[in-house]
Amino acid sequence: MEMVNRPYATAFEAHALANPEVLCLSADLTSSCEIDGFRDRHPDRFLSLGMAEQNMLSFAGGLGLAGFRPFLHSFGVFLYRRPYDQLMASVAYPRRKVRLMGFLPGLTTPGGMTHQAIEDIAVMRTIPNMTVLEAGDATEVESIVAEADRVDGPVYCRILRGAVPRLFATPMRLGQVRVLAEGDDVLVVTAGIATEEAMRARGALDRAGVSVRHLHLATLKPFDAATILAHAEAVRFGVVTLENHLVTGGIGSMVAEALAEAGLPRRLTRLGLQDTYAHGGSRPYLMRYYGLDALSLVRAVERLTGQQTGIDEAALGAVRLEAVHSAAKAEAL
Amino acid sequence: MKHKVNRHKEAVVRNARTTEAIAQGIRRRVFEHTIRANGGYLSQACSAAEQLAFLYNEALTLGAPTRPMIPPPFGGVPAACNPGYVTGAGYNGPAAPDYDRLFIAPAHYALVAYAALVEVGRMAPEGLEMFNRDGSSVEMIGAEHSPGMEVHNGTLGIGLSTAAGLAWGRKRRGEAGQVCVFMSDGEVQEGQTWEAVQAAAHHRIDNLWAIMDVNRQQCDGAMDAVMTVGDIAAKLRAFGAVVAEVDAHDLAALRQARATPHEGRPLIILAHSSPTQGMAFLRRRFPRLHYVRFKSEAERAEMNAAIAAELGIAPVDLGDM
Repeated sequence: MEMVNRPYATAFEAHALANPEVLCLSADLTSSCEIDGFRDRHPDRFLSLGMAEQNMLSFAGGLGLAGFRPFLHSFGVFLYRRPYDQLMASVAYPRRKVRLMGFLPGLTTPGGMTHQAIEDIAVMRTIPNMTVLEAGDATEVESIVAEADRVDGPVYCRILRGAVPRLFATPMRLGQVRVLAEGDDVLVVTAGIATEEAMRARGALDRAGVSVRHLHLATLKPFDAATILAHAEAVRFGVVTLENHLVTGGIGSMVAEALAEAGLPRRLTRLGLQDTYAHGGSRPYLMRYYGLDALSLVRAVERLTGQQTGIDEAALGAVRLEAVHSAAKAEAL
Repeated sequence: MKHKVNRHKEAVVRNARTTEAIAQGIRRRVFEHTIRANGGYLSQACSAAEQLAFLYNEALTLGAPTRPMIPPPFGGVPAACNPGYVTGAGYNGPAAPDYDRLFIAPAHYALVAYAALVEVGRMAPEGLEMFNRDGSSVEMIGAEHSPGMEVHNGTLGIGLSTAAGLAWGRKRRGEAGQVCVFMSDGEVQEGQTWEAVQAAAHHRIDNLWAIMDVNRQQCDGAMDAVMTVGDIAAKLRAFGAVVAEVDAHDLAALRQARATPHEGRPLIILAHSSPTQGMAFLRRRFPRLHYVRFKSEAERAEMNAAIAAELGIAPVDLGDM
């Protein structure tokens, strides 16, 4: 599997240079958000707003009023927890074209509770006028910049940094659901880093004879309930959601709402943080500890189908995710 | 009467009345409204009448209003499915590059701001009668869609930050128009105000200025009893603003303060005001002045007569109520 180094840095710089109304805002996490190079090369397009997120959110609203499209860079938590009031009044209500670039989503940081955005999707999707996107691989990090900037209103993005695997050959498109597998036993719905886990699980489940249908979401709001329902109807045993987030308010909740509103009777298992905070640790450790990894997904599928697969850690470790440019395509479509 | 230098040969609305008369008119309209409505933000009219009159009649360069003199009803909130949405900014004229912009940061001053719009001929008197009526855009806490408002400021402390962002953007675009914020002193209890001042100073945003109504009052009562804020001027200066301090009811002093040079820094005029200016009768209510309401008909009648006499007008006719 190909790993791409700092895909955001490259993509943002290219997009900003092609769009003069785009501004780069930072709140003292410039290198942590991979915009240090941009700051050094394009200081006239960069605004340092310091450790003062409340002001940054309202200030960005003012920039939006002046016709600019500011990209705000910080860790996801810092873009909505402290400045929630400003986010509501200065950005979301007036539909300013403010682009909130939230780094370190969920358990992708060892920073513990204060740094882990575990309820950001739940918060953001309840805000009227807000669009919510999440990148699941390097290709989506590269394409999320321009896609977010197409939104006529504010948008929150979960961004991956550093060395990011490339899972997809095609860029993300607003509102488009990726169909990664079209099995008929169980529907698995994932986003962000959970998708890579699900792809590993799928490899092992395929070999064990479990037919998985797998959807990957990069657009979380607006939520494409119709597509989810169509795929949920096509499977025998039920639906599993796996998300790098609390199961309340995130993808699990969105799928549950869609099923309930349509009156579609399918069992639903929601994997993710189960009404708990997390602590600090490495990403693989945290995903195992809190049940967000491939093995947890396999066990959930076993419970839904009532079949033991015999898959263990070793079997999952043997699953090889092919490079996307090889003959084995990651996507079914 | 002072005329602002006319940067716009045709479209600028010229002041036909003195600023003193407009200030007095603001007090009268808010008083009459408060008596009729059995309550209102009366002390804010006492403290801020000269400041809002000064802004609208002299200090700001504004074009002719673009919105109907009688405000249309509430037209929905901003949404993708509401393409016809407009803010109330059109009552301050078009958002053209050479015109100034005004934010009323303490949105509960809306009644006073609406009265100012009526006094300077930017809204019909009928607009004030729609105040706080269901379905009206003339809301109690000024909303984005309320006359004279351009952003939501009902949550205190966000106005200066938004104005700083707008001002930075306008400066970047080379626009001549400035951004002005009418502020309240209670806002200095909010941390965001200080974040805004430091950011405006750091980024040398000097097309930004503010008048702060320093009436030493807040919702719970006198500020010193609620949360001591110390020397506001010294604190603002330490955070990087240029500060001028004046008697809020002295128009000559306001004019002089506005002329204070502030290159590379925002200017904040501290307008030290009395929350009972022009209505001494209100002093007996101190420190409960945030929202004046009446406990009895007798109290209302007494205030009606007493303040009308102070303002030199006839008492409000309550005969049919």
